[in-house]
Amino acid sequence: MRTLGSDSGFGELFKQYDVLGAFWVNIQLTLWSALFALVIGTVLALFRISPVGSLRWAGTAYVTVFRNTPLTIIMVFLTLGVWAQLHVTLSDDLQKNFFRLAIVGLSVYTASFVCEAIRSGVNTVPVGQAEAARAIGLTFLPAARIVILPQAFRGSVAPLGSTLIALTKNSTVASVVGVSTETSSLMKNMLEFNSSLLVAIFLTFAIGYVILVIPVGFATTALSRRLAVQR
Amino acid sequence: MAEVTHSTSTPVVELVGVNKHFGELHVLRDIDLTVSKGEVLVVVGPSGSGKSTMCRAINRLEPIDSGTIRVDGVPLPEEGRPLARLRSDVGMVFQSFNLFAHRSVLDNVTLGPVKVRKVKKAEAKDEAMELLSRVGVQDQADKLPAQLSGGQQQRVAIARALAMHPKVMLFDEPTSALDPEMVGEVLDVMVSLARDGMTMVVVTHEMGFARKAGDRVVFMADGQLVEQATPDEFFTHPQSTRAQDFLSKILSH
Repeated sequence: MRTLGSDSGFGELFKQYDVLGAFWVNIQLTLWSALFALVIGTVLALFRISPVGSLRWAGTAYVTVFRNTPLTIIMVFLTLGVWAQLHVTLSDDLQKNFFRLAIVGLSVYTASFVCEAIRSGVNTVPVGQAEAARAIGLTFLPAARIVILPQAFRGSVAPLGSTLIALTKNSTVASVVGVSTETSSLMKNMLEFNSSLLVAIFLTFAIGYVILVIPVGFATTALSRRLAVQR
Repeated sequence: MAEVTHSTSTPVVELVGVNKHFGELHVLRDIDLTVSKGEVLVVVGPSGSGKSTMCRAINRLEPIDSGTIRVDGVPLPEEGRPLARLRSDVGMVFQSFNLFAHRSVLDNVTLGPVKVRKVKKAEAKDEAMELLSRVGVQDQADKLPAQLSGGQQQRVAIARALAMHPKVMLFDEPTSALDPEMVGEVLDVMVSLARDGMTMVVVTHEMGFARKAGDRVVFMADGQLVEQATPDEFFTHPQSTRAQDFLSKILSH
């Protein structure tokens, strides 16, 4: 197991601690949350552009609440409130339970940003597109699905990319709900027992995230150019 | 043109006491109008006279404040499925074409029949190709709208509307956004439609089209129907001073 000394070399650290494994946990958190956030966010965006007033209101209320609440507050509420007090359990395995709670927190929080990113995409679609869709007899949902959203998604690739980058970094907040295998928790351990390598440890994680995030930025920029709808 | 038969047949479009405001602005004032089957009604008037708004009100792209609009005898439903069904029977051609920008020309024409009328894809495609040939853009079927000229796009938009077999076609200034050399090709398609007996409401500044294909001209100003006449009568002997004034401005060049 771990040597408790502060004298182990930098290379030794990687043998003692599973740094790559920790990043993998964050990547998994990110991917699952991105998937759920995309689904919830799309539904919210549909609410916000729908002709039904109460749905618009619900969408706006959701976004206002979750976009303005700190992620840590949502995460703490999920563990200490929803799980510990209300006994809502997502798995009998404790680690799995925490992992899933973290995905719930990250998803409901990120969904509000996804909704706004898609809505900004909807704004890039000229009103005439919706009018033409209605004029041939499409009702709201088919018009949204066939005409508006495909163009809106293509117009919201860049803001969705920024949201994905934020989500990747936010996934470290999972430590708050007890996901102890993710990067920030591991870094905490490493720092505690290796005081002579503080800077090296910090840089390991910092650079790790840079390597993770920068391609996402490049990819979304390239994609948003390639997918842009010609007008 | 056979005006007499028009006035006795069933009205395809009927507006009774229609009023609409944009805030303080009273854009439609007590509009009464009927369009008979097979009739080509040309709506002219200065900009801001409410002619576009009236045209868009017929398929409820602009809701009205009071009055009744009937299409084929049926009052316009409120939002929802019944309204969508009615709209599918009313073809609309917009000033800015509004082709679905992310779909091919062919998809633009088949989308309505497939998604609204539930026509089989292959069948819809065959008919779409026929319509595209009819408007002379069959060679562009696989391109995206943005790769076509304005005139071609507008002809595709007409084909898209025709694919729904509409009872009436609404044209909201169909040539106003076109370069001058492309106006003719779009008007030619419209004239041939009129000759084929399509019921049409055409908001336009093209007086040549009104003379050539119009059965009746309606002159609007300040949200009111000021004058109605056959094209010949209207252009040679306009009754109201406003129509005389309008015509003197556009015909003096």
